[in-house]
Amino acid sequence: MEKNTILEIRNMNISFSQYQKGTKQTKLPVIRDLSLTVHQGEMVAVVGSSGSGKSLLAHGVMGILPYNAEMGGQILYCGEPLREKRICALRGKEIVMVPQSTSYLDPLMKVGTQICKGKKDPERKKKLDGIFRRYGLAEEVQEQYPFELSGGMTRRVMISTAMIEEPKLVIADEPTPGLHLKAAKRAMEHFRELADMGAGVLIITHDLELALETADRVLVFYAGYTLEDAKTEDFRQEKTLRHPYTKALWRAMPQNGFHYIDGVQPYVKDMPEGCPFAPRCEKCTEKCRGEIPYREVNGGYVRCVYDS
Amino acid sequence: MILEARNISFRYGEKSREILKDFSLKAESTERVGLVAPSGFGKTTLCKILSGYEKPDSGQVLLDGKPLDFYGSYCPVQLIWQHPEQAINPRLRMKSVLEEGDNVSPDLIKRLGIEADWMNRFPAELSGGEMQRFCIARALGQRTQFLLADEISTMLDLITQSQIWHFLMDETEKRKIGMIVVSHSPELLEKVCTRIVDLQKE
Repeated sequence: MEKNTILEIRNMNISFSQYQKGTKQTKLPVIRDLSLTVHQGEMVAVVGSSGSGKSLLAHGVMGILPYNAEMGGQILYCGEPLREKRICALRGKEIVMVPQSTSYLDPLMKVGTQICKGKKDPERKKKLDGIFRRYGLAEEVQEQYPFELSGGMTRRVMISTAMIEEPKLVIADEPTPGLHLKAAKRAMEHFRELADMGAGVLIITHDLELALETADRVLVFYAGYTLEDAKTEDFRQEKTLRHPYTKALWRAMPQNGFHYIDGVQPYVKDMPEGCPFAPRCEKCTEKCRGEIPYREVNGGYVRCVYDS
Repeated sequence: MILEARNISFRYGEKSREILKDFSLKAESTERVGLVAPSGFGKTTLCKILSGYEKPDSGQVLLDGKPLDFYGSYCPVQLIWQHPEQAINPRLRMKSVLEEGDNVSPDLIKRLGIEADWMNRFPAELSGGEMQRFCIARALGQRTQFLLADEISTMLDLITQSQIWHFLMDETEKRKIGMIVVSHSPELLEKVCTRIVDLQKE
């Protein structure tokens, strides 16, 4: 039986308008073509190169892109288009986000008040105490201001802001860096629980290892494209992975040899024709310069002309 | 060279809790020491003290037996920060960011994979991985003797992490620069470090 789809993104693209010289404006296409689905009860991890548009995707869904951004494509939440009015009504309640930068907290508000959004009823307080105990945060922390916290504590406070609601869709933008392994695992397990309770969870992360322990599916982003959509099991060995970039990512894990490939992701202004990974790919041929289809292979999806 | 923290105690302001208490650590320039501890333990604070950004309330930081002030205007112990975007002046072009370092060699910049075209850009036009490369180059000036890496790669993708760590191991070995590495990933420390210190067990 097909589970209910919570979030579906079809061919999302985001570009920024920028001033060149004087009043001359140019468009900078940062996200080219992203597609993904998150089902009810599913935890999906998004991994990929830094600057591949992972955070922008989250901001795009939440409707908090900067004013000079333009978004195309389609976002469906529970089957209905998610437009500005609807997201404004739902965010912070049904749809929550755990932001990446620790600077998203209000520096002038005590942590406890901030998490409860100013509400003071005893039920909320009880829930907050419970969450704090789970994350190993002392009760005094509720009375502290963000600047008094260490990096890891801030991280846990930000996760708490999402946990206090009963969300249907959780988008977490790198929720674990700066956390020690035990706390990071606990946080991931907590996201997993939210999924098991029926929410859709989208985790944006660089920690592939941690993602593989808890997520159901892994999406691989590169330079503003989805390159692969794989089941977590596919990551057990290199040969079940589909895209050469995903394979390179797998080989770069410390436990899989810590290998690296040269070069960097292309800058948005000089993106190559066809496959964005082509300049670094050992399999690259003339065929990679043309249109690359995003196609189904072995129960997953890949954007590559070759069969792995 | 030997970098030594001797009986360091530190707290931020009068009322806050004591973050480090009578802490000591010794590292040689042939070593890459990994530091492990839960968050909030004072790892970043320790890095800031070791590189002279904060003064300890009591105790001393010594490089070859001499306090850091002895080495004049350029501190030979350099820190690479956890968040590159917060360690760079957003109004400087990247080439000016590199000039903040101590005569960073062009060859090193090239080997870090920094492209000539990036030099004229502003920090906002680079990804985290690209910015971190600049921060690393800036910290590896001519007179650098010790390098502290405070979670420098958690925000980077695995391939970039591996690129950067291979470069750092190579470079510090060649120039006999000692390293202190803070990370939450045991697998990474296993690959990178010659010795691992668990602060909780100290």
